[in-house]
Amino acid sequence: MKVLRYLIRKLLRLVLLLFTISVLSFTLVSLSPIDPVQAYVGAEMMRIGPEQRQRIAERWGLNDPPVVRYMRWLSSLMRGDLGTSAIYNQPVSQVIRQRFLTSLGLMGTAWVLSGVLGFLLGVLSGARAGSWIDQVIRFYAYLLASTPAFWLALLLLIVFAVFLKWAPVCCATPPGLLPEQVTFAQRLHHLALPALTLSIIGIANITLHTRQKLITILNSDYILFARAQGENLFGLIWHHGLRNIALPAITLQFASISELFGGSVLAEQVFAYPGLGQATVQAGLRGDVPLLLGIVLFSTLFVFTGNTIADILYHLIDPRIRLGVES
Amino acid sequence: MLEVRSLSIHFHRYTRGLRRTVLTPVVDLYLKVSAGEVVAVVGSSGSGKSLLAHTVLGLLPSNAKVEGEIWFKGELLTPERQALARGRQIALIPQSVSFLDPLMRVGAQVRRAAQLSGKNRHSAAAQRAIFQRYQLPLEVERWYPFQLSGGMARRTLVSMAVVGEAELILADEPTPGLHPEVVRETLNHLRQLADEGRGVVLITHDIQAALQVADQIAVFYAGTTVEIAPVTAFSGKGEGLLHPYTQALWRSLPQNEFIPLPGMQPPPQDLPQGCLFAPRCPLATAECTAERPTMRAIAQNQVRCIHAQG
Repeated sequence: MKVLRYLIRKLLRLVLLLFTISVLSFTLVSLSPIDPVQAYVGAEMMRIGPEQRQRIAERWGLNDPPVVRYMRWLSSLMRGDLGTSAIYNQPVSQVIRQRFLTSLGLMGTAWVLSGVLGFLLGVLSGARAGSWIDQVIRFYAYLLASTPAFWLALLLLIVFAVFLKWAPVCCATPPGLLPEQVTFAQRLHHLALPALTLSIIGIANITLHTRQKLITILNSDYILFARAQGENLFGLIWHHGLRNIALPAITLQFASISELFGGSVLAEQVFAYPGLGQATVQAGLRGDVPLLLGIVLFSTLFVFTGNTIADILYHLIDPRIRLGVES
Repeated sequence: MLEVRSLSIHFHRYTRGLRRTVLTPVVDLYLKVSAGEVVAVVGSSGSGKSLLAHTVLGLLPSNAKVEGEIWFKGELLTPERQALARGRQIALIPQSVSFLDPLMRVGAQVRRAAQLSGKNRHSAAAQRAIFQRYQLPLEVERWYPFQLSGGMARRTLVSMAVVGEAELILADEPTPGLHPEVVRETLNHLRQLADEGRGVVLITHDIQAALQVADQIAVFYAGTTVEIAPVTAFSGKGEGLLHPYTQALWRSLPQNEFIPLPGMQPPPQDLPQGCLFAPRCPLATAECTAERPTMRAIAQNQVRCIHAQG
């Protein structure tokens, strides 16, 4: 019963969030200087007279008041119709699906890598706080925390793709091949640099957070008592430290999905990786309003899901919440 | 079993830039505990009681400097020997449930304590046995610390100290804020442990609790032992007590004359030159402020006062 109420509440919140986001982004797009007709027609614009242009606007209902236009967009959205992307000439939902699947491999790899590496570095750093290894890890983490993703992407591209020629310069697959001809190894090869960029950027956050949390725990009463029982540093971390830092680390990692999404926009742009991030930039630059709005709604859903998973995991794992609610 | 001789602890701290201050919370402290005996260490907060337990276990932070000697079972307790003795020969009973790992089941924590004390293969059996001894229901082993009642938490903490074969038990403030019944139960547990032949140090600011179970009472003031007296000396008008602070402490109790002692304990960064109690002492003379008095044995007491007479 409790679970059902929780889910219903979450769902209501999601609907409210999506509605607010849609109104906001619709308003922003309406106020922007993008001319949908020009965006749709593109280079052919010179060949269209003002009359014809007026007719297109008339037919699309561009002259109606914004509220009417929004309601029209909303009602087709309810039917699952996000409109057609002008730059890809495909239904928006289809573009998002294809692009997201490409991005998912990239973001998933980066997410797991940065989570695992960041956690390990954080534990190492926190356990030996003040030592040289802690200094090195912290320096690295602060350096990365202040590094823009696109700059790091360019740097890696120059070093590994241009100078060393270890990695391809662009794209998710070798150019000129049909999707069914591409091997798994080739895909991995193309994935390596963008994934590395995103991982490196993501590590800093989780490392610093884990380090701080471990230091706090190592100064706690229960660690003092464990030491009084004869536990050594390794035992302290193995039996008490990991158990107590894992939960906040997992939560943080799920909550970091929004940053991952933001990072992938930049990384995909630099590596010309045909994922959702790159589509976002294209949609923005070329005034593809339906696609842009579709992506905004989709990314809202994506980030919301990440945060909800973090929330649910907390309830499932932490006995103080899990059992405390029952008793 | 345990003898602490002229123990001093200094903390170096940097305040405001590079100005270094030295705190001396424990000064020339003396304590002796024999097997089968409960020695209560009493004193107000800030008198260095808890630091004593941490020092014996070797758990002081790295900015602490320790002087003096600690002898355990006839041997000097070096840092190496402390590491071996922790949990095996010397065990701590901490203050509250916050000393248990909040995310670990109670049984697992008791079993871990048993393993660390050397009962590697029989930790589960040892845990069951100790639960039975302290009347903890079997299902409690699957509970988390936050689910324990005050009394159960207390018994769990005692179990963890006693699940091994530790000969010296350090109980650090085990009774504050507890139901009187739980206090009595905890004190009885400590008495039993001493009667089994272990040495027990009961660190407390509750002199009433100390009087119920202790054989000897060591009175701390500003980080030093001012007097060690048998529990029988704490009776009547305190005629058996030889140090003016101990007498004042005894008189200040509600069931006695209830007269508070004016003034404050000196702070650890600003200790007086001579006797630490001299600034508040009615008997203080010029000699008292010149030099710190040493511990003297008078009758059954040990007292740090030049004016004390048997």
